[in-house]
Amino acid sequence: MMDTGNRIAAKAAIMAKPEVVAAYPITPQTTLVEAIAEHVARGEYKGEYICVESEHSAMCACIGASAAGSRTFTATSSHGLLLMHEMLHWAALARLPVVMCNINRVVGPGWNIWVDENDSISQRDTGWIQCYCSSNQEIFDTVIQSFKLAEHEKIVLPVMINLNAFILSHTSMPAEIPEQHIVDEFLGKYMPHWKSDIENPTTFGNIIGPAHYYKVRRAMHQAQLHAKKLIPQIAKEWKNASGYFHGDLLEYYKCEDAEHILISMGAIGAESKMAINELRKEGKKIGLARLRVLRPFPTEEIITLGKQADLIIIDRNISVGLEGVLFNETKAALFNTPDAKAAGFIAGLGGKDVTYKDIETMCRKAMKGTSREQEWYAMED
Amino acid sequence: MALKDFPVDECLLQGNAACPGCPATIGLRLVLKALGKKTIMVVPACCTAVIESLYPHTSFDIPVMNIAFEAAAAGASGVEASLRQQGRTDITVVAWAGDGGTYDIGIQALSGALERGTNFIYICYNNQIYSNTGIQRSGATPYAAWTTTTVGGKNEFRKEMGEIILAHHIPYAAQTCISYPEDVYSKVTKAKNIKGPKYIEILAPCPPGWRFSMDKTVEMGRMAVDSGAWALWECENDFMTFNGKSKLILEGKIQRKPVEDWIKYQGRFGHLFKPQRDEKRLKAIEDYVDGLWERYRKCYLKK
Repeated sequence: MMDTGNRIAAKAAIMAKPEVVAAYPITPQTTLVEAIAEHVARGEYKGEYICVESEHSAMCACIGASAAGSRTFTATSSHGLLLMHEMLHWAALARLPVVMCNINRVVGPGWNIWVDENDSISQRDTGWIQCYCSSNQEIFDTVIQSFKLAEHEKIVLPVMINLNAFILSHTSMPAEIPEQHIVDEFLGKYMPHWKSDIENPTTFGNIIGPAHYYKVRRAMHQAQLHAKKLIPQIAKEWKNASGYFHGDLLEYYKCEDAEHILISMGAIGAESKMAINELRKEGKKIGLARLRVLRPFPTEEIITLGKQADLIIIDRNISVGLEGVLFNETKAALFNTPDAKAAGFIAGLGGKDVTYKDIETMCRKAMKGTSREQEWYAMED
Repeated sequence: MALKDFPVDECLLQGNAACPGCPATIGLRLVLKALGKKTIMVVPACCTAVIESLYPHTSFDIPVMNIAFEAAAAGASGVEASLRQQGRTDITVVAWAGDGGTYDIGIQALSGALERGTNFIYICYNNQIYSNTGIQRSGATPYAAWTTTTVGGKNEFRKEMGEIILAHHIPYAAQTCISYPEDVYSKVTKAKNIKGPKYIEILAPCPPGWRFSMDKTVEMGRMAVDSGAWALWECENDFMTFNGKSKLILEGKIQRKPVEDWIKYQGRFGHLFKPQRDEKRLKAIEDYVDGLWERYRKCYLKK
């Protein structure tokens, strides 16, 4: 199948057969919800499609449906994600396995619909598992796997699959779509671990004292940590079922003998492979570790990389007043690793193009040791 | 149905955490008697979230799902969609929210759910204040009433939520009051048997919020209706009927009592009477209610 990231995400979501989809349109997510509407119109989607009046209500409806025992899906972007913020916390604390695609887009003002990861980065502490994709095949595979991960008895947390605006959402790329029965067998019917049930009436979410609440938070954290083991395991199961593998916490490229390793995510992660190829032609011992999962954070893997090589981090986000979040979290992971080195770049905010040539330039600077500790790349343009 | 014939089963249990004289518990008992155990209730932030009691206990014998303040109608939309997928159309989905969660912060989600034709009952128990947070003004707070955020009395008149709901032309909408158990019971029963969105608003006089004695809750609701400050009506498929004394007031068969006869028993209006009568504001209160009934007669009195 040759199609855009949004339409392939919609295809994956529909093939996972959620009983309830609730969504609100926002550029550049719109073609995703439109694709779902087409699946409804063609009779291929038999679940409920609630066209709500806001993203906040989209997440609330997913929460209600999930609590009542249904598999649920939604999609949003940027301001829509930010409007959901309160309910993102709610879904995670309620331990509801909602699956959502977020199209990474700039936050206003001024209005700007291009790619930037500050929308999802600013939701990183809500308790959602966060994945970042770099190709349409990966989007398809990750959406399917996310339902299995979210609903796993040891996880029961919501999952957010991030795809960069336009570079992925609106770019046609080939993706292999398996037969429906393969997805059906892989996911099985959703069996909720808890639901609002008249046969066994419970009150969910009433007032909770500090001691119980403390345990709730701890349990969420443990579930996220467990996901580090489950994400690659589920990916292997998916590979056995479908033939495609997308699922390690990081994707490694030419890292075996690398003395420098570039860490980035999303579309920059994909572009980075070309930069690595160019630098390798010159005999530079450089590799790429593309971060696929930001939460849970792959601390152990980052430490292994930090022991092996000097790290170069490119952030398409900024924690204003500090630095890029990936750079910051990488350094935090390496705090107790002697002699670990990391150089950070901010690049591509507001949708500013980041080509493989730009990535090459950043890598050269870092390898020469001439970059500042955290450099805003190409500010002079 | 007469009061003595109401089901004896209680879905709101003893030992709940409500204040003495709480109108919400009266409303909940009546509503749940009418709906029965095949009910899932969605509750946003409001006094009922406290009445439910502290985890791991509960005072409800039906499933209750708490959700954020502005989210009751949207959360209920999700529950309803899920139940439809499961073929459980025998279960009633009810959102139970206060006036803050309905008139103000939750109005968008409510309007959206009504417009989408969501098959649920939305019940607003209206005590005319943010009571759970400690008596602050809401869009339902009447003119001149004291709250902790309108210390000298509210400068604005309340919003007529009923009329906003009627503009959605849903299959069933009603106003009632906890002081009229048969009226509450029959309206909720009727709503239960109608498909599509239903809205019921229950006036709920709050002793600590309105500043009256906790044994006067029921009386305070009756006085509101007698004064015309609150009307009992129901609207089925755009066919409007006024009920009880409100019907007699509408038809001119009885005169409404002065609103003053109701508010003089409430400490929240005390500043209108002491140290001296505030004639200007007292007149404005009566004029507002006169205007309301003039509008009702123009729209709904059959010639």
